[in-house]
Amino acid sequence: MQRLKFFVPIAVFLILGVLLWRGLYLETTELPSVLINKPLPEFELENVYDNQLVAKEDLPEGPFLLNVWGSYCLPCLAEHPTFMRLSENEVIPIVGINYKDQQDAALDWLETNGDPFAFSIMDHDGRLGIDLGVYGAPETFLIDSNGVIRYRHVSVLDEQAWQNIFVPAIEELESEES
Amino acid sequence: MVPEFGQFALILAFCLSVLLATLPIVGAARDNALWMSLARPLTAGVFVFLSVCLVVLGYAFVTDDFSVQFVANHSNTLLPLQYKITAIWGGHEGSFLFWTFMLSFWMLMVSIFSRSLPMDFVARVLGVLGFLAAGYILFMIATSNPFDRVLPLAPRDGADLNSALQDIAFILHPPTLYMGYVGFSVVFAFAIAALLSGRLDAAWARWSRPWANMAWVWLTGGLALGSWWAYYELGWGGWWAWDPVENPPLITWLLGTALMHSLAVTEKRGVFKSWTVLLAILAFAGSLLGTFITRSGLLTSVHAFASDPTRGVFILGFIALTVGGSLVLYALRAPLIRNESSFSPISREVFLLTNNILLVVAAASVLLGTLFPMVYQAITDNLISIGPPYFNAIFVPLMALLVVALGFGPISRWKKTSTAYLREQLTMVAIAAVALGVILPLVITLEFSLTVTIGVSLAFWLVFAIARDVYNKVANKANRWQALRGLPANYLGMQLAHFGVAVMIVGVTLTSSFSMEKSVLLTPGQAIDLGDYDFQFNGTQPITGPNYVGDEATILVSRRGEFMRELHPEKRIYIASNSPSTEMAIDSGFFRDLFVTLGEGRESGAWSMTLYVKPFVRWIWLGAIFMVIGGITTALDKRYRKLLVRDQLRRETEKVPPAEPQRV
Repeated sequence: MQRLKFFVPIAVFLILGVLLWRGLYLETTELPSVLINKPLPEFELENVYDNQLVAKEDLPEGPFLLNVWGSYCLPCLAEHPTFMRLSENEVIPIVGINYKDQQDAALDWLETNGDPFAFSIMDHDGRLGIDLGVYGAPETFLIDSNGVIRYRHVSVLDEQAWQNIFVPAIEELESEES
Repeated sequence: MVPEFGQFALILAFCLSVLLATLPIVGAARDNALWMSLARPLTAGVFVFLSVCLVVLGYAFVTDDFSVQFVANHSNTLLPLQYKITAIWGGHEGSFLFWTFMLSFWMLMVSIFSRSLPMDFVARVLGVLGFLAAGYILFMIATSNPFDRVLPLAPRDGADLNSALQDIAFILHPPTLYMGYVGFSVVFAFAIAALLSGRLDAAWARWSRPWANMAWVWLTGGLALGSWWAYYELGWGGWWAWDPVENPPLITWLLGTALMHSLAVTEKRGVFKSWTVLLAILAFAGSLLGTFITRSGLLTSVHAFASDPTRGVFILGFIALTVGGSLVLYALRAPLIRNESSFSPISREVFLLTNNILLVVAAASVLLGTLFPMVYQAITDNLISIGPPYFNAIFVPLMALLVVALGFGPISRWKKTSTAYLREQLTMVAIAAVALGVILPLVITLEFSLTVTIGVSLAFWLVFAIARDVYNKVANKANRWQALRGLPANYLGMQLAHFGVAVMIVGVTLTSSFSMEKSVLLTPGQAIDLGDYDFQFNGTQPITGPNYVGDEATILVSRRGEFMRELHPEKRIYIASNSPSTEMAIDSGFFRDLFVTLGEGRESGAWSMTLYVKPFVRWIWLGAIFMVIGGITTALDKRYRKLLVRDQLRRETEKVPPAEPQRV
């Protein structure tokens, strides 16, 4: 028995090792954000079409989606059809944040691929992105009618993610508000 | 062509370290003096070739050789020269090379300063370190080679170094931290050599003490620099965030601190032997865990360098091999260890044991908090986030208890201390500390706060206990000043480091309790007050730096209506990466820091900004400076060298059979 106690460290270590190994293969794109249930940060940025200033007050009355995109961003094309469908069927308003992009390139991209956004604001320096804790495009935030961030989705929002995550989340929002 | 020389040197260093990891250890097991004697030359060889690698990579940076992938990703023609050089450790591959180079530097130091140790022991220590070096170099060659090329289409310019890393503290923070991390590998190697040889006497503890103290000094310095860097560079006014990448160095530091104290008991009294060996292994495991977490993308954090599961798997395998292997060795050998003496329930041994338990529990709870979100996700598939409230709730009380024990430790005696003696020595100390802790904050701030009272009392408790102990040592001497200077360096260093703890407690307590901050939107000419201070915004001017453009604001600060100075916070855009960065302006002082960070500018000329008043924040790093100086002082104690000579003499007399009386 006396000798067994010296095997305790290696036993603890093995358990920890297995957990760490499991941890390597976890889905880490889903990040808990500190901004969940916090109001959107203040901002004042230009509209990508006409360079008119847009501030927080000009956002739609929620719930709406805030999508971070860029013309350089290949995964953004993968989620684009979902957004096009949502906007054509008027399911939910979508506001774009054109993240660290060039205005010409952004306009070309919208021209070529279609524009699902109510409007897009240019976050050329990524400052709003910093306030939102954005890691990179694409990311999508769900905002409720009080302007509070309710959900953050990192990476592509395809039909599957829409059905499995956003539809229930929006239903929950609506039941809360009614 | 030049980067390929680096590549060759890396491969040669790998070959030499594989030899180093095998021949001397086998030689020691078979008592083959030739094979053992290879340890020192092989160590020198590994060091030389890794130095070549480092110089080659530095050369690639300085000459803007963007055909090297790592240089292209972390440098830019516009980057100032000093940052081109420090960009070597600005990314994953380079910092790993730097880390391995530092390991080889420690190895070289061990091979130089171990002349008086038995050869089989030196061979084993260097062999274990050679094994670690081989593992790191293999990792680089296999998954993260800093010399990888992007040929034939080399980019015309580089992507630039992350702007937050273009800073003096960043030049210093990683090397210092790595020195500390890697230093604990040396102590680990000593412990493994002792386990392998089966000679777990007090001698190995004495040999490793100066190394443990120096590793601890570097780690302390590295943590303090990191916290200082975060404080003024990241611009959120914090100095510690319980970030998943900050935590492993802290865990290593806590375990290393426990190890340092446990080594002292093992050396002086010959007890806690198997515990000390275990701590040496754990401190090393802590340093590897730090690497694993930073390099694998396991935890998401501001520090994350690279997210690549193959790297994670490699490092995890390496941890399993080294830490797992040594824990098995420990389990097999530790039962053979016998303690050499006993001690009673109130003695210095017990206070040091208390210290060890508290430090290890603290390390375990930080580890738990760091890994729990991941473990939770692994088991339940749900996400959870553990923030500062958890860490503060557990860590702060443990440290408070530690400081209480710290007052008793140095003043108590080995083996047995009477309660009457402790009462006589420390009753007045305790009363004075609590009295000052209650009265001082009350008089100065006119309000009572329990946290502040406890913090200030603990600091005074420590300072008075130190003063009392030092006084005891010199009270009966004719010339007290001379007696003070004649105290052993080991003792003075310890008390200096303990004094640093008191200074740090004051800093942490007062900053946490009395800091003020305000986020405001100011138009030029507008002023706002915060505490005793008044900040007036006088507009911004455009500025141009070597590799950035930006705006510089002018803010006039006055205290109670009296003008103090101007502050110039900046908002920069780094040209190459088009990334914004905020340079805060600080008015630093012994008793308080004032600082301002710029937020966003509006069309109207108004700017959002955040103003902070941070009392006593400098004391946090001042405390760390005392600890570092104290640690260096102890490591330089002459005693270690004298005892080394004594050990050597003793061994030689043991080896030589007693001379037979000569017959004439």
